[in-house]
Amino acid sequence: MWTPGRRSAACPRASDAPIVARRDAARDRPGFSVNTTLLLVQVLNGLQLGVLLFLIAAGLTLVFGVMDFINLAHGVQYMLGAYLGAALAAATGSFWLALLLALPAALAFGLLLEFLVFRHLYERDHLSQVLATFGVILFLNEGVKVVFGTAPMQMPLPAGLTGGVPIMEGLLYPTYRIAILAAGLGTAGLLWFLVERTRAGMLVRAGAANAPMLDALGVNVRGLFLLVFGFGAMLAGFAGVMAAPILSVEPGMGDNLLILAFVVIVIGGIGSVRGAFIAALLVGLVETVGRGLLPDVLRLFLDASSARQAGAALASMLVYIVMAAILAFRPAGLFPVRR
Amino acid sequence: MAFQHDTGLSRRGLIGTGAAIGATALAAPAVRAQPAPIKVGVVAVLTGPQAALGSQLRDGWLLGVRHLNGQLGGRPVETLVIDDELRPDVAVTKVRAAIERDGVDLVVGVVFSNILAAVMRPVTESGAFLISTNAGPSTFAGRGCNPFFFATSYNNDQVHAVMGQAAQDLGHRRVFLMTPNYQAGRDAMAGFKSRFRGEVVDEVYVPLTQLDFSAELARIASMRPDAIFTFMPGGLGVNLVRQYRQAGLANIPFLSTFTVDEATLPAQGEAAEGFYSGATWAPNMDNDQSRRFVAGMVEQFNYVPATYAAHAYDTAMLLDSAVRRVNGDLSDKNALRAAIAAADFPSVRGSFRFGANQFPVQDFWLCQVRRRTDGRFQTETVRRVLEADVDPWAAQCRMPARI
Repeated sequence: MWTPGRRSAACPRASDAPIVARRDAARDRPGFSVNTTLLLVQVLNGLQLGVLLFLIAAGLTLVFGVMDFINLAHGVQYMLGAYLGAALAAATGSFWLALLLALPAALAFGLLLEFLVFRHLYERDHLSQVLATFGVILFLNEGVKVVFGTAPMQMPLPAGLTGGVPIMEGLLYPTYRIAILAAGLGTAGLLWFLVERTRAGMLVRAGAANAPMLDALGVNVRGLFLLVFGFGAMLAGFAGVMAAPILSVEPGMGDNLLILAFVVIVIGGIGSVRGAFIAALLVGLVETVGRGLLPDVLRLFLDASSARQAGAALASMLVYIVMAAILAFRPAGLFPVRR
Repeated sequence: MAFQHDTGLSRRGLIGTGAAIGATALAAPAVRAQPAPIKVGVVAVLTGPQAALGSQLRDGWLLGVRHLNGQLGGRPVETLVIDDELRPDVAVTKVRAAIERDGVDLVVGVVFSNILAAVMRPVTESGAFLISTNAGPSTFAGRGCNPFFFATSYNNDQVHAVMGQAAQDLGHRRVFLMTPNYQAGRDAMAGFKSRFRGEVVDEVYVPLTQLDFSAELARIASMRPDAIFTFMPGGLGVNLVRQYRQAGLANIPFLSTFTVDEATLPAQGEAAEGFYSGATWAPNMDNDQSRRFVAGMVEQFNYVPATYAAHAYDTAMLLDSAVRRVNGDLSDKNALRAAIAAADFPSVRGSFRFGANQFPVQDFWLCQVRRRTDGRFQTETVRRVLEADVDPWAAQCRMPARI
């Protein structure tokens, strides 16, 4: 059985050397043109991961920015969206109906959490917020297990988006992923309009810059925050429903994405939707393209097998290295909210 | 604090199963006084993302005990379910408590090798027998073999080696390898390469937390291998299989271990249809014991069982035969050990015997995912890849003749 703690196997086997030699000969076969296409495919993949990250990070950055509230449970709301989508799709037999019903359900659940837990934490320090929202993660991860069972769930692709576009020889780019990209960009546009061009958006921006002043001017900051919070929860739920047909719907599925979402909002500048958008695309690209190219780049300096292992290890660190580098030059992120 | 919490959990497990057994005993016509029960600790991961595997293991054991009318070799059995939480320290504390406080006679189960490594000494040094129904690390098959330890599953390396041999037999010349970047992933690649003689076009390691495989899928498409071999347990496998199908790569044969099995198939569904895996057993195995087991699991727990459940079910039958052989007397350890080693029970796998290192000597199969008549999916045997295979570590084991 697999396990993190297993000892190294020195199992009697054929020597590695001839295999390595043969595979290096094979590597030279694909020409430059193929590699350019491959790079383009990787860029597309990176953008698609980026918009998914943006949907999660947008709510997080607003909540953090406006109310100075650290909500670790944001990833769980993404998971809930995916579970709601999968369960509703199984019940109704239609992806679109499931999406339509899951959005208000995710919104309602977000508001319920706000009412039950988060509301009591705004005046507390960050440590209390982290502890309490981490508790919500544990509670809900176990909760979905009780309700839906421990085995991963499946959500079918929506009818009409099951096919793919041949993007290079032997590889289809699933239409559904293009739909995710489109939906993400559409949502980003909508958010930009809401935040930059509407009165509510103006208040949200003002809240991010200086909430006490806004309060003193007679604006109902609590109500504003409830709005932002519900909208953020719905966006995370939307991301969950959209991701459910391509990713495994299982307890704890939001935890990894949450970490990346925090990286995104820190790089982008806390409270800035525009920053979150740029940073999400950057993180998505670095994560995907880095993973694809690093082992090849390292092969210029190292032998094949250490390049593979070091490349894989370095690729998983790459996002954090980029974050550290950006923060070294711009400590408040790429698009800091003016205070 | 932690200890009290632990006590509560174990007690509840004991009472729960005790009640279930009480009910079976009532239903049985025999009214005469029963001998003292045998206590068996079943260690499985029942919380966290891998809980589906532990639940299969537990359910397989419980069904075995039920089919034996709540008895092992004529003595009633009391099952103590222990959730190891996939944390070695927790597993050791709970198993120690089960042995010292609850007086468990036998310990069976364990999904993960690191948990097995943690509970190995506490169990075997107490003089109780430990029977692994899944984890089979090389250490305990080779130099670290132990007279108090049996495995009814396999040695971990064997399953990966089976796929190497299968790729060889299927005539694949160029194979792409992909596993998570940790010890077991590297072992899987080594196991595959131990029997595969063709060209490995690329080896890719992905982080254990990987969600999106599109970068790797693009790479596979650009390399155009004859087949891919992968080991992606749990949710990783669900993501990979569905994305592989969506990317239109399914015309490249998908060879795998612990990636498409009955624990993940409900989430993979038709995306996994036709994909290959290596195993000791599959639900379509053509023998009475296997048919009875699969039908029982579907009826009782409403899912198609994977090997985790099958090995646990076999272990219940094995222990039944062993206890019967020693006439219910567990005090003579040498006699009990010989009785277990005899493996005189009907296995769902058909043929089954133990080797000198107390690991199975058994056949390994190439399996393929197919749709059942009830619309669910299961793996089905395609052909026997290895016959009566002895694990590569057995020769290093110096097993003492007597305890």
